[in-house]
Order: sequence, then C-alpha cells, then structure tokens
Amino acid sequence: MSDSVIDRAARATPEAMAQKVKGLSDRAIAWIFVAPTILILLAINIFPLIWTVYLSFTNFRVNRPNNAVEWVGLRNYERILGDPDIWMTMQATAHFLIWTIVCQVVIGFTLAYLINKKFKGNDLWTTIIVFPMMLSPAVVGNFWTFLYEPQIGLFNYVVGFVTGADPSSFSMIGEVSLAPWSIVIVDTWMWTPFVMLICLAGLRSIPDSIYEAAECDRASKWRQFWTITIPMILPFLMLAVLFRGIENFKMFDLVVQLTGGGPGNTTTLTSIDLKREAFEKWRTGFSSAYAVILFVTVFGLASIYVKALNKVKQR
Amino acid sequence: MSYSVTQPSATQKWIAGILVIGYALITMLPLLWIVATGFKSSADSIAYPPKVLFEPTVEGYVNVFTTQTRLSPDLAEQPRDDLPWYEQLVRNKGNTIVGASRYSERFFNSVIIGFGSTLFAIILGTAAAYAFSRFKVPLKDDLLFFILSTRMMPPIAVAIPIFLMFRNLGLNDTHAGMILLYTAINLSLAVWLINGFIDEIPIEYEEAALIDGYTRFQAFYKVVLPQAATGIASTAIFCLIFSWNEYALAVLLTSGTAQTAPPFIPTIIGVGGQDWPAVAAGATIFLVPVMVFTILLRKHLLRGITFGAVRK
Repeated sequence: MSDSVIDRAARATPEAMAQKVKGLSDRAIAWIFVAPTILILLAINIFPLIWTVYLSFTNFRVNRPNNAVEWVGLRNYERILGDPDIWMTMQATAHFLIWTIVCQVVIGFTLAYLINKKFKGNDLWTTIIVFPMMLSPAVVGNFWTFLYEPQIGLFNYVVGFVTGADPSSFSMIGEVSLAPWSIVIVDTWMWTPFVMLICLAGLRSIPDSIYEAAECDRASKWRQFWTITIPMILPFLMLAVLFRGIENFKMFDLVVQLTGGGPGNTTTLTSIDLKREAFEKWRTGFSSAYAVILFVTVFGLASIYVKALNKVKQR
Repeated sequence: MSYSVTQPSATQKWIAGILVIGYALITMLPLLWIVATGFKSSADSIAYPPKVLFEPTVEGYVNVFTTQTRLSPDLAEQPRDDLPWYEQLVRNKGNTIVGASRYSERFFNSVIIGFGSTLFAIILGTAAAYAFSRFKVPLKDDLLFFILSTRMMPPIAVAIPIFLMFRNLGLNDTHAGMILLYTAINLSLAVWLINGFIDEIPIEYEEAALIDGYTRFQAFYKVVLPQAATGIASTAIFCLIFSWNEYALAVLLTSGTAQTAPPFIPTIIGVGGQDWPAVAAGATIFLVPVMVFTILLRKHLLRGITFGAVRK
C-alpha cells in the first residue's frame, strides 16, 4: 500500500472529511459524467456527418466497392441544384409543410382555446385527443391506407355519407389531385394535439389579472382576444411551428407507408427521394450531397426562425 | 359561486365541451377502427358498407402469430376433433398452421432494443445532465445546443454514413448496433429533459448533504436521484416510446435478426391477399402499450415533446 501525503492526511482527519479528501474534484466528476455522452454523440452523429460531407465530393457508390473513388468537387451539388425532379420534390415538401402547419395551428389553437374554458372532464378528453400523436407513424400510416380504400374504406364511406358522393368514385391515395391532401389530412390528424398542448400551456400561463384589468377598462371580449390572448400566446405558437416545421421537413415514415411517394412523384417528399437515391439507386456520393443540402437548409431556416422567436419573446 | 369576469359562463363551458368531445370522438375513430378490425373476420373487414356491428373472432390474432398454408380439399374435408381451438379456427377457412410467424420475434426485438437503448440513454443522460446542472462545465451552452442539434438531421441523411460505418464494424442488422444508435438519438432528449428536472431541485439539499460529510457521489445518488426520480422515469418512457415507434432507421439498417416491429407490421400479408384483420391485430398489440404509457405520462407530456422548452 502506498503511503502518499494525501493518504496520511486522510487518516489524520475525521472520517467524514477523509472521504472528501480522497474524493474526486468537482471538475473531474463533471468530465467523467459528461464525457460518455459527448463521445457517443461524436461517434454516432458528428463523425457520420463529417463523413457525409466528404462523400458528397466523391462519386462513391456502395454497391460498387471496387471502383476507384474519385474526387469530383462540386459536381454532385451542381447536378442536384440543376435537377428539375428534385425541385419538384422540394415543392411537394413545401406544400406538405405549409398546409400541415396551417391546419394544425388553426385546429390546435381552437381546441386549446375551448379546452381552456375548463369544462368538466377536460383533462380526460385532452388525454384522449393526444393519443394519435404518441403512436408509431409507420404502423398507423399503413393502416390509413385501409381507411382510404375507395370501396371499403371507412374514410371514403364517411365522406360519401356526409357529402352524398359515391365512396368508390374517388381514391385519396390513387389520384394525383388528392394524394398531396391525403398526407396532409393524416399528418394533421396525428399532430394537431401537439400544437394543442403547447397552445394550452400558453393559454394557462396568461394571468387572470390581465383580463380583469382589461374588463375594468371596458375592453370588449374581441379586443381582449386580439390584444391580450394572441400576443401572449405568440411565442408558444411560434415554438410549436418550429417543432412541426423541423419534424415535417424530415418527414419519412408516415408518408412512405401511406403513399410511398406516389402516384407518380406527387407525394415524393425530399426524405423519400433521398432514400431512393441512397438505398435504391445506391448513388452514395450524390445522395450525400443531397443530405448535406437538406441539413444546411433545415439548420439555416431553424436558426433564422429561432432568432425571430427570441425577438418575439423579449417583447 | 361568486361572479368572476375571467370565468367562462356555464353556456360557454357546455358549447366548448361538446365541440371538444366531438373532435375527440372523430379523432379516436381511426384508432377504434384498428382495434375493431383486429376482431373481425376477413370477410367482415372488407364488407361494404363498413360493418360497425359484427361477430367478434380472434382469427386476426391467430393469423398474425402463425404462418399458414392452404389445405388440399380432400384433407380439409376430414373432420379432426383432436386439434386445439386455434387449429380448428384456421381449418374452418381451409388453411392449416405450418409454424409460428415472425411477429413475436419482431415484437421482442422491439422490446429488447427499446429497453436497452432507454437504459443506456438514461444512465448516460442522467450523469451528463447532473454535471451540466451542478458544475461549471466549459462551453456549457454550446455543448447543450450541440446535443440538441443532433436531433435536427433527417434520419435518412444520417443513415447513409451509419450504414457504411455499421457495415465496416459488422453492426448492420444486430441488436447491439440498433441499441447503440437509438441510445445516441435518445441521449439528446434525456440530457435536455433531465437537466430541466435537476435544475428544479434546490441546490441547498446537496449543500447540506456535503456539509454533513457526503461525497459528491453520495450526494448525487442519495439526495438528487430520489428527488429527480419521477422526472427521470417520465424521460425514460419518452425514450422508450421513441425507440418503439422509430421506423426510418430500422427499415434501412435492419432486415432480419434485429428487425423491429414497425417495419415488419406493414409487411404482414395473409394467405391469398392483404389480411387486414391480422395487420390490425398486430398493430393493436403494438400500439396499446404506448397508449397506456401516454396515460401514465400525461402530467409531463408537454415537457417531453418539447424537449423541456415548455414546462407547465
């Protein structure tokens, strides 16, 4: 046994203090606690990202490992940005993104506003409304194809029942004009509760005293809504839009199970297109460049948006 | 009750209640339809108009757990009373069971990978969150943001190099690989959420413990951990649900031994055409645990889905 200075000092001190002397410094503990997390994230997230950036400048193909890997500079990027098909998928993504956000914000906010009226049993119904959001998008998306069946599907039957149209006269997934809306409907069904929960938290955070003061000033309910409720809830709404925006930009599982990107390319969102390039056509270098472009886009848009969000919060 | 300007009137409550309950019922319809279809016979499931009332059967559940083949007509006509009930059920349709299906394997893969990745993410995440919350970590805000930003990448974009990396390491289609991958993804959520929960515990408790002679480690697991237990538990459930539901990476990186249930369930097909009751049965077994967890989580739901950005 070594008899270092610190051991002798430890023995000379009362037991309680000795433990502290032998113990690690705070700084050491901090590093021991943080290091594994950082290492795993570096290995599984950052290292692959750097590798993707490298591959995006090459013509590497996974299914041809014996071909010489050549440095092609920016050619992959030029081809992507000049490819009209990819701009079509960008348009499909934009359509999906904008309409899901609009629908979810409108319905989600309305629901939160109604739930905030605190009717009896509102907790129970809130929990029930939340269910779709927590479930596996792939499994649920797959089942929605059954609900969308022209003849036997529940969705078509209900729409037919309400509007009087023949349930077998339209196919939500099969028709070019309807398919983009079929994915908007399912995504809205699934994720409206998310916006609702955030709005509800926002509404509950507004103190009653502000409304009481407005009431004393004889502000109408309408005026109170536009000058108190909306400005106070705006940061919450913007946060909800940020989350939904990032999530739906990445959207893959739900849509791939619902429509598989079809009919034609009408619902081929960027993630689905990327998957085809990378794992069906095996154009690894090309798809790496594609991935980098997507990542830069989402990261750039998100940072600009967060800046705006912080401005709204500070007001 | 005294009159208050901020309290909605009884009429308002009634209208709000009816509208919200109406929405809830419509939104539940697809889910109820999944559960109902699981108990329908295949003829009932594709009937027009869609059947709301039907004779329940467990055919779908038998089908999802077994692989079947058609019996030749002469064999099908021989009465057999010695077979168990599920064999009889299948025989009535002119089929016979030739073995177990892959459903239960895939389900257990989901369980193993889900719990494994949750466990690691929680252990590492709690340690990191404690350090971020209590110590002066250099570049703390940058590190926290870096951890969050790993969630912004589209999974398919990450999948390309992960696929190459796993192939070189022999981790493709293995449980270890998937656990590692989901641990990394769940870590960001775990660190952010648990960091918030620990921040809420007054530091004075630990200071008192340290003065009483506890070491940092003792203070951590005797004072902080018990207080953060509920928060950590709900974080764990969020991680579990994420791993449970994940599809994009699972479908690209697993195909056989380590395949989880989400990529598998859509591929279920029966003998002679799409067997919707079997798909619905498989989906029901898979979805119900998440619904139970959602009920358990309802207090922390908002916090979990917003990475702790919104706290109630």
